Amino acid sequence: MAEKTSVAADPYELLGRDTLFRVHELMVKARVLEERLIKMSKSGDGFFWIGGPGEEAFNVALGLQVKKGRGVENDFLHLHYRSSAILLAMGAKPIDTLRQMRTVAGDPYSKGRNFVNHYAVPEWNVVPVSPTIETQYSTAIGTGIAQARAKTDAITIVNGGDGGTAEGDFHSCLVWSNRPALPLPVLMIVINNGYAISTPSRDQHGERRISDWTKAFDGMPGRTVNGNDPVESYFAIKEAMAYCRKSRRPYLLEALASRLYGHSSSSGANRIPEADCIKEFESQLMRRGWMDQQSLEQIWQRNMEEIDAAHQQVKQEPFPAPESAWEDVFSSGLPDSYPTKGGS
Amino acid sequence: MANMAQAIRLALHYGEEHLGVKEIFGEDVGPPLGGVFTATQGLKTAWNSPLDERGIMGAALGLAWAGSRPVAEIQFVDYIFNTLDLLKLCANSTWCSGGKFKTPLVVMTPTGSGIHGSIYHSHSFDSVATKLHGMKVVCPSTPIDAYGLMIAAIKDDDPVLYLKPKALLRSRGEELIPGELADEKELRGMIDAPIGDRSKWKPRWPEVKEHLVPIGKARISKAGADATVVTHGRMAPIALEVAKELAAAGEGDVEVIDMRSLIPYDWQAIKESIRKTGRVLFLNEETEISNFGEHLFRRTVDELFYELKVRPRLLAGKATPGVGLSPGLEYFSVPQKTDVERSLRDLLSEPA
Repeated sequence: MAEKTSVAADPYELLGRDTLFRVHELMVKARVLEERLIKMSKSGDGFFWIGGPGEEAFNVALGLQVKKGRGVENDFLHLHYRSSAILLAMGAKPIDTLRQMRTVAGDPYSKGRNFVNHYAVPEWNVVPVSPTIETQYSTAIGTGIAQARAKTDAITIVNGGDGGTAEGDFHSCLVWSNRPALPLPVLMIVINNGYAISTPSRDQHGERRISDWTKAFDGMPGRTVNGNDPVESYFAIKEAMAYCRKSRRPYLLEALASRLYGHSSSSGANRIPEADCIKEFESQLMRRGWMDQQSLEQIWQRNMEEIDAAHQQVKQEPFPAPESAWEDVFSSGLPDSYPTKGGS
Repeated sequence: MANMAQAIRLALHYGEEHLGVKEIFGEDVGPPLGGVFTATQGLKTAWNSPLDERGIMGAALGLAWAGSRPVAEIQFVDYIFNTLDLLKLCANSTWCSGGKFKTPLVVMTPTGSGIHGSIYHSHSFDSVATKLHGMKVVCPSTPIDAYGLMIAAIKDDDPVLYLKPKALLRSRGEELIPGELADEKELRGMIDAPIGDRSKWKPRWPEVKEHLVPIGKARISKAGADATVVTHGRMAPIALEVAKELAAAGEGDVEVIDMRSLIPYDWQAIKESIRKTGRVLFLNEETEISNFGEHLFRRTVDELFYELKVRPRLLAGKATPGVGLSPGLEYFSVPQKTDVERSLRDLLSEPA
C-alpha cells in the first residue's frame, strides 16, 4: 500500500513516473550488461573486467542530464572506468561495450586495444577514458578552460573514486578550477565506495568528508549525497549542474555508493553483500504501487535477452588484424622511416 | 637578427596571428616575466599557470581535445618527470581511441646542460621523450630552425614535444627569419620587454612570414665525404665548428647532420650519409645508458653493417646521477668540444 505523501515532500513524485521508469530501465540494462561482462571475463570471452555495478543509480541520473554533443558548446565528460551507466543513459549501445570486452575489430572506442569500459566518443565529448588513476581530473582543467572562455552554459564533468582523491591530479583540479584569474565551470564528482582496490579508505583518509576539500576555497559548494538513491542523486546533480552552468564556477559532489563486485576481475569480481541500488529503487517503486513484481521481471528478462542477443552477435565478429597496431600511431600515418621490425 | 628565444617568440606570435593559437601558458610564461628565458614575452595569449606541471600537461591535453591548439611550457625539462603519465596520455590518446581523438598540442621545454645548471637544470630527456610513442619530438639548434619547427609543431595534428637547448637560447645563426629585422638592437627594442616596470609596455612585432621546417627532416649543416656525425640540439653547433676546423686543417671532411627531429627522424638522410662516408659518430649530451643515439647505432649496424669502413661510435654524457655544479664536474660528464674533436679524429684516423 502506497504511503500518503504530499507531492512536494516526495521527490519521487517530483521527478515523475516517466522519468523514474526510464531511470529504472537504464539501471537494469547497465547491471545486466556489467554482469554479462563479468561472465565474459570469467569464461575467457574477454580478459580483464572493471566496471560500475553499484554506480547505476548515480550514473544514470547523471547521464540523463548531460548536455550532449560535440565541441565547447556541449558538456565534456572526463570519466573513470565505472561509467557504463552514464554512457547507456546518454544513448550508447550495449553491444559496443561488449565489443570492447571481446576486443573485436569493431570496438568503436579503441579498436580492440583497451580494457572494457574505456570509452572515447568524440560526438558526445566523452574524452578517452584512461586506466591511469585520476589523470582525468587534470585533463578536465583543459576543457574547463575552453568552456570558461566560450559564451556557453556547457560545463566539464569529471568523475572518479574516493581512492583517487589522494592523487595530486584531484588537487590540481581543485586549484585550477578556483584560480581567481579564470574560475572554471567544472563539476567534480567523487564516487565514494569506501575502497581503493582492497584498501579501506577509513585506514588511509583522515578527511571528515571528501566534499570538505571545498572549504579551502571561498564559495565553492561541496555536497555529499546518497549515490545509491537515483532520485536523491538526480536532484543533487541537477542542482550542481545548474550552479556550474550559471556561475561558471566549480562544484564538488561526493556520492556514497556501493561497489557490488569488488574492484575488478583481479579481486575475483564476486558479489559483495552491500546495498543494491536497483533493489532499493524497485522496493521504493513497489511501495508506491507504481510497479509490481511481474512488470519488474519482464524488464529484467527483456534486457537479459537484449544483452544475450548482442553477445551472440559479437562472438561472430572478427578480431583486429595484428598489423592494425600501426594505425593511429600518428594522425597523418606512419612515416616511411619509422622502425617497424621490433628489433634487428 | 633574432636569437633562438626571440625566434621562438616570433613563431608563437605568428601562431597567434595566423594559426589559431589561443593559449600559451605555463609557469611564469605570461607577464611580467614572459618565460624564464623570455621566449614568451609580449605574446597576447600568454598567461601564468599555478606551479603545477601535471596541471599544465592536463590542461594542454584537455584544450587540445576541446579544439584549441595550445602551446604549454614546462619551465625546465628537469621538472617534466612528474608529468610522465600525462605525457603518455598525450602520446597515446589518438591510438587508444582508435584514431577518434586527435591531440594537436605543443609542449615546449628547455633541455640539456651548459648554463651551470647543476643537478636539476641540466637534464636531457631525449631517451624518455623518444619512448613516448605517438609523440613527435623536435629539437632545433639554430634560430631559423627554432622558428620553422615551432610553426610546424603548431600546425601538426599530433602532440609535439619541443625541446629548447638551454645553452643555445641566446645564440644567433646565419639565416634571417622571413620578415624579421637584421639589426639585433632594433629588433630588441621592438620585442624585448624593458628592464623595470613593464606594465605599460607593448611589443611592436615585425611582419614575420611563414617558414616551415618539416618535422622529420634533418639539416645537412655541412656536407662531407670522409665521416658522418649525427647530432642535434646543443651538440650540433659544436660538431659543426669542429668539422669546419678539421676541414681547414686538412684532417678530414666531416658531414654534419643536425637531426632537428628525433621522432620521426630522418633515417634517409642518415643512411645516405653513412653509405657515402662509411664512418659515423652519434653525438648527444644525454647519458650513455639507453641513449637515443644507441637506437640509431643499432639500426646502423643492422642495416648498414657491410657498408661501414670502421666501427660506429657514440659520444654521450657519462652515466652519473646528475651533472655536478663545479665546472670541472660538468665538463667531465657532458661532452665538450675537445671530446668531439678527439672522437672525430679517432673516427677519421682508424684504418678501414
